Amino acid sequence: MNMLIYGLLTGILFGFLLQKARVVRYDKQIGALRFQDMTIVKFMLSAIIVGMVGIHFFDLFGLVQLLYKPLVLGENITGGLLFGLGWGLLGYCPGTQGGALGEGRWDAIWGILGMIIGAGLFAETYPFLKNNVLNWGNYGYLTIPQLIGVNRWLVIGVFGAGAIALFRWFEKKGL
Amino acid sequence: MEMEKRDEGSWSPYIAGGMSGLVIIVSVLWTGQFFGASTSFVRSAGMLGKFFEPERVSQLEYFVRYLPRFDWQLMFVIGIFVGSLIASVWSGSFKWQGVPDMWAERFGTNPVKRGIVAFIGGIIAIFGARLAGGCPSGHGLSGMIQLAVSGLVALVFFFVGGIIMTRIVYFGGKK
Repeated sequence: MNMLIYGLLTGILFGFLLQKARVVRYDKQIGALRFQDMTIVKFMLSAIIVGMVGIHFFDLFGLVQLLYKPLVLGENITGGLLFGLGWGLLGYCPGTQGGALGEGRWDAIWGILGMIIGAGLFAETYPFLKNNVLNWGNYGYLTIPQLIGVNRWLVIGVFGAGAIALFRWFEKKGL
Repeated sequence: MEMEKRDEGSWSPYIAGGMSGLVIIVSVLWTGQFFGASTSFVRSAGMLGKFFEPERVSQLEYFVRYLPRFDWQLMFVIGIFVGSLIASVWSGSFKWQGVPDMWAERFGTNPVKRGIVAFIGGIIAIFGARLAGGCPSGHGLSGMIQLAVSGLVALVFFFVGGIIMTRIVYFGGKK
């Protein structure tokens, strides 16, 4: 029961911030994909940098439990591409479209309905997919530092520097 | 820098994004939960399916793996709706709108046309997200924060798919 309340509270905080930054809107999401407005990329990368530093810091003391998905190229690539194609049509993400509805963009209802139907379709086809597409190129639980064989703080540093360079470029270009 | 239209009550995406990163850290420290959204649509589909065909739902392997019930993440997704509603009503940016501005500029203000495309987009997007093992929240934010290779691969292909689709949808449009 407590977990449900924590989930709701965390969602409220996140939804509040998403709306404040205006990232839930179709125009912002598609604007990024058309290279016209990089608001969502700024938001995502900022959240990632802060989260990255914090999570790996607390991981040093064993205070957090890492929980990420294994690298399965067949799934990550085909699924990623398919998601992108659908995203380009819908203009909302699974997590943020509730936020779009929250600020009155009611076309998000169609996306939510489509996603419930689509999830049902996935469940129906899962036994078939499992034996075919899924599991191709399975490399298990792999992190970027493990892949290239360097310290994770080096990766975090390079990622952070790259993101800041990108931000400066966005601001210079007025994106 | 170009002059931008003032958007009253909006926050910088860097600040709001960074604060979201802090929310993720607190969430992981406190409840062990990383952000994610797409599994919630599986659980919702299962709950809805139980109304019509309870037998079928109980047999499908995917609904056994992701039981059709409320959990942290589903409440989180509902919370995003609530948080966005609070933020938008509070700051006066709530707007009842069924056709996004960018869409209307290109395809007109017919909400049915927009609705059909959004619905189809939703089906494709969630199917892809489940195939990939996550969406921009689960892979994009949580995966990248943990430096997971799967998160990076999925995030890159989310954008590749999205860019391809918006090129098709807005083919020949202004820049």
